[in-house]
Amino acid sequence: MIRPLLLALLLAAPAAAQLRVDVTQGVSQPMPVAVPGFATPAPAATAAGNTAALGQQVAAVIAADLKSSGLFRPVGQADPVPFAQTTAPAYDTWRQAAAQALVTGAVEANPDGTITLACYLYDTFAQSQLASEGFRVTPAAWRRAAHKCADKAYARLTGESGYFDSQIVYISETGPKTRRIKRLAIMDQDGANHRFLTNGQNLVLTPRFAPNQSRLAYMSFAGNRPSLWFYDATTGRHQIVGTFQGTSLSPRFSPDGRYLLMSLIRAGNANIYRLDIAAKALDRLTDGPSIDTSPSYSPDGSKIVFESDRGGTQQLYIMNADGSGAHRLTFGQGRYATPAWSPRGDLIAFTRIGGGKLRVGTMRPDGGGEKLLTDSFADEQPSWSPNGRVLVFFRTPSGSATPHLMSADLTGLNLRTIPTPLGASDPSWGPLRP
Amino acid sequence: MRATKFVLIAGVALAAACAKKPKPADLPPPPPQPTQSVPAQPDTPPPPPANDAVTSTRVPGSAGDFRASTQGQMVHFAYDSYELDGPARAILDSQAAWLAKYPNTRITVEGHADERGTREYNIALGARRADAVKTYLAGKGFAAGNIATISYGKERPLVEGSDETAWAQNRRATTEIGGPTG
Repeated sequence: MIRPLLLALLLAAPAAAQLRVDVTQGVSQPMPVAVPGFATPAPAATAAGNTAALGQQVAAVIAADLKSSGLFRPVGQADPVPFAQTTAPAYDTWRQAAAQALVTGAVEANPDGTITLACYLYDTFAQSQLASEGFRVTPAAWRRAAHKCADKAYARLTGESGYFDSQIVYISETGPKTRRIKRLAIMDQDGANHRFLTNGQNLVLTPRFAPNQSRLAYMSFAGNRPSLWFYDATTGRHQIVGTFQGTSLSPRFSPDGRYLLMSLIRAGNANIYRLDIAAKALDRLTDGPSIDTSPSYSPDGSKIVFESDRGGTQQLYIMNADGSGAHRLTFGQGRYATPAWSPRGDLIAFTRIGGGKLRVGTMRPDGGGEKLLTDSFADEQPSWSPNGRVLVFFRTPSGSATPHLMSADLTGLNLRTIPTPLGASDPSWGPLRP
Repeated sequence: MRATKFVLIAGVALAAACAKKPKPADLPPPPPQPTQSVPAQPDTPPPPPANDAVTSTRVPGSAGDFRASTQGQMVHFAYDSYELDGPARAILDSQAAWLAKYPNTRITVEGHADERGTREYNIALGARRADAVKTYLAGKGFAAGNIATISYGKERPLVEGSDETAWAQNRRATTEIGGPTG
């Protein structure tokens, strides 16, 4: 009888301090985590269904989020636990299922029509609570509360911030290659709550989220005048960004949301400009006859990485945010395009063109440490999750098929397809929602 | 002088008034009385309608005339290039000759790229190709103000397929009479 207890103590003492997933290397052994159905103190009807049923659904969303990261493996029963066990877990049950951590909680209906999700994270071997928080939402937003709980668990167990309560905007594609119908679309990062934002009448491309704002910018061929447009998610309104001389494309917001970078093409010459959105003032950042496009700000807003063929072929360059000091970043084999600076600042993702393929990769901001993450006919336009850990991009098969969205983590592991109603391209991962 | 004018005017008015009055002799004759009680003959069928089909025909200065009179609407480019080679310039010379006859025509040059590049760069590459054609035609005397350009990048390939034959056909700039085709 003593031996099992000693064993438990030996396991418990280090686990309490070190229950953490190492996210720096590729994780081949995901941490087993139990996510049983959430309880309810009193079953009650809500606008999103009974709280007991919601408890089951919440757990399913959290388990799917954690599993999708490639760092966690849900184990143990999915049946809901009794309400009392949400604050006093039956640790034996979970240790027997080999779970190292337990995510549990409850859904409660409030008198004002909202619901509260109580979220708890436990270390099953140390038998201690690691985190807890309550999230109050309207019933229609129950998935956001579940994602917030998953983010809470993820952050505590990995030491980095989460990314599950976020959205992806992209371009939905259907029809023959010679006459594709493209529509602006938005969804939760797990594919739920999908909505089309345009009706397919006009060719639309390359949307981008504004940080900290429920606004998008995208390119549209409406009126046969290729231009940039805003979409306001709170009002549902589309509005042209401005009437600039020349074709405008390649919209990118600054981290503080104050500026919109774009390429303007005048007399066949594409340069990068910066628009002060509120002041409606346009500054030119690059000059010369080369194609300069696809810029991306560093997370502190001080630098911009972009692509230019001023050296003869498409390569990556970095300049200061005011356009000064441009210097070349890439000297490897092939051409480099669509740079995306990680929100963590430590990496720049890109599309590399060469050997008959388009492939997604990352490198350090000094140009070293190039790593290719994918290998297919055409993978392009990587976009970072809010925590700088995962990249979403799109893959086009050779031939006539429509492209689709995929994701990979920065180690190149955990390659997944992101399901969408139709074909999909040009994804942009939005910020963590407040 | 005044009296003469008055008589003249009065005379005209009188003549006009007389012309309006119908005379009894102008009235149509009364219809003939039927003389036999035989069944009426069936009406002869009406003659077939005259041929009212409409045939499109080429008229000077039209888009059809442009297509038929030139070596082509379309020029092609090498990979990642916007240079006009010999055959391209020959085609554009024939376009310029036609445009010289119709100097007020408004045209749009549409630039395209093949799929083997990233989306935004290809929009810019298509724009370079359209602008190269515009510059060439303007250099041959056609008013630059009558030449609009638009790039579709890799969005509107002419042919499907992921092989060099398809890609070569898709790397193009087309000259359209009027506005962009969308």
